[in-house]
Amino acid sequence: MTATTVPSAPGTPGAPQGAPAALPATKPRGMFLRGLEVFLENKLAVIGVILLAAIFIFCFIGPFFYHTNQTTVNLANENLPPGPGMPLGTDQSGYDILGRLMVGGQISLEVGLAAAVIATGLGTLWGAIAGYFGGVTDAIMMRLVDALLAIPTLFLALVVVSIFPPTETELILVIALTSWLTTSRLIRGEALTLRVRDYVQAMRVMGGGSARAVFRHIAPNAIGTIVVNATFQVADAILLVVALSYLGLGIRPPQTDWGGMLNAGINSVYDGYWWQIFPAGIAIILVVIAINFIGDALRDSFEVRLQRR
Amino acid sequence: MIGFLIRRLLQAAIVVLIVTVIVFILLRSIPGNVAVAILGPSAYRNPATLAQFNAQYGFDKPWYSQYLLWLGHLLQGNLGFSWTLDQSVASLLGQRLPKTIILVGLSTLIALIIAVPIGVWQAVRRNKPVDYTFTGLSFLFYAAPTFFVGTVLILVFSVKLGWFGPEAPQGGIVSDFTDWRDLTLPVVTLALVTIALFSRYMRSSVLDNITEDYVRTARAKGASRRRVLWRHVMRNSLIPIATLLGLSIPGILSGALITESVFNYPGMGYLFYQSAQKQDYPTMLGFIIVVAIATVVGSLVADILYAVLDPRVRYA
Repeated sequence: MTATTVPSAPGTPGAPQGAPAALPATKPRGMFLRGLEVFLENKLAVIGVILLAAIFIFCFIGPFFYHTNQTTVNLANENLPPGPGMPLGTDQSGYDILGRLMVGGQISLEVGLAAAVIATGLGTLWGAIAGYFGGVTDAIMMRLVDALLAIPTLFLALVVVSIFPPTETELILVIALTSWLTTSRLIRGEALTLRVRDYVQAMRVMGGGSARAVFRHIAPNAIGTIVVNATFQVADAILLVVALSYLGLGIRPPQTDWGGMLNAGINSVYDGYWWQIFPAGIAIILVVIAINFIGDALRDSFEVRLQRR
Repeated sequence: MIGFLIRRLLQAAIVVLIVTVIVFILLRSIPGNVAVAILGPSAYRNPATLAQFNAQYGFDKPWYSQYLLWLGHLLQGNLGFSWTLDQSVASLLGQRLPKTIILVGLSTLIALIIAVPIGVWQAVRRNKPVDYTFTGLSFLFYAAPTFFVGTVLILVFSVKLGWFGPEAPQGGIVSDFTDWRDLTLPVVTLALVTIALFSRYMRSSVLDNITEDYVRTARAKGASRRRVLWRHVMRNSLIPIATLLGLSIPGILSGALITESVFNYPGMGYLFYQSAQKQDYPTMLGFIIVVAIATVVGSLVADILYAVLDPRVRYA
């Protein structure tokens, strides 16, 4: 749709630029190792990985050690401030907030990851096919992408979710189906340049089919773009679930996600129950920042790999 | 350039047409029967009334005639009729759109005024404390959900300090300016998120430009650092920002939807959200079309602006 280039995606700055030059010119190693080395030299990336791992452990392993009741409402315990036995207090239904942060985080992370994986797969396939075949196929496929991109994701998701009230699985699908578009654009761009490369031409001459070209040559060679984009997709998906939950169209109680917790907490914010919004809010910010750090570093790693080829 | 313009316009028209198809499909996937929804459940007992209603509004026709009929209405400015507000979507839009334009326009303007110098400053002081501070802040506001930012602002500036109102002005557009105290927090919320985005782009845009040959040439000719930075580098770095403005319309509108919901700001986004809760589909779909057209026009303008601002860009 556009003939423009905008400098790098909204996840860019911050990552130290000097990494490539610092690499010692020792014996040749695998590109994966070189990429990993650049990744590990990026302090922010390491912080991001540690932070994300810690949050995963907190959400998925935490509940085995910190037992709380997250299914039945207990109004006798509602709106208690942080204190002994409930480090982060309780919410308006009497749920322990620390425990709720864990189970809510499970859903936020699951939905974010699953939606990003599906969206990336769909976007890659769509973009690779459009770019590889070019011509009319490309024009039709990309105009559809343009049209869907013209509708802001949140608006589209709101319509779909209000027509089909979601469970966790359906929410994943809605988010995946509304966020594969940018991926397909990026991959299409890559495919346009990859399809004229010698090795693709050679394979065609040897009688290889289109499916082989797309799956064995174009998609694997666009792996850098795919991985970096997928990383940012996870962050965007988590924020989109949060936004939908805040608007009351997300996961249904008694299940919840971080957005649902924030939504519930905001209703009583004028009563001064600050502990009901800050834990979930900070958790979301930490996860999204960690993912952005990792994405930036991955971009640098893959760029180094390309430069050294 | 003329050829590019014509092709680009044609493309935009096709995209808008596809949007209408998508919206029509959504319209058709809404569960339930329109006749029953409007006439009431008792209509089931009266097949003749149902048939008459369906014939009158064209529901007995095949789907493609229905689409053409609907498209014809759309071209005449008939965006549908809100079930819950008993008002045409076009007149709702007439009331709500100016409010949203004020919110979005003001916050984008403020965001630009603040983000551009910050981006330049960061690029010049790259990898220094200033750069890290603002990068950290922009990461923070980029990662924070808009409604969380809005809520924290309400907590601090409205509940604790009492400087600004927690709820946006409820009247027409005049009230936005007479009650500017109530307008401040919504505008600041949306601006903060937008600043985070724009300053990051501005920083990388300046970094791209600062290593260009023309910078060295200008310096060699004796231009001062300051002059090179503000006259040469900044003007060139603003080119991608101009296109970014056009391309970020969907993002800013999504932000506006959330911001309006947080502050009960009676704009388009808030109405859209209320319609979603009441399942007022004609309003939602009518608005979607308007938003989509705004987006398509935005990216069209961005493309043209890019060509106008940067004479090096040539469209074949």
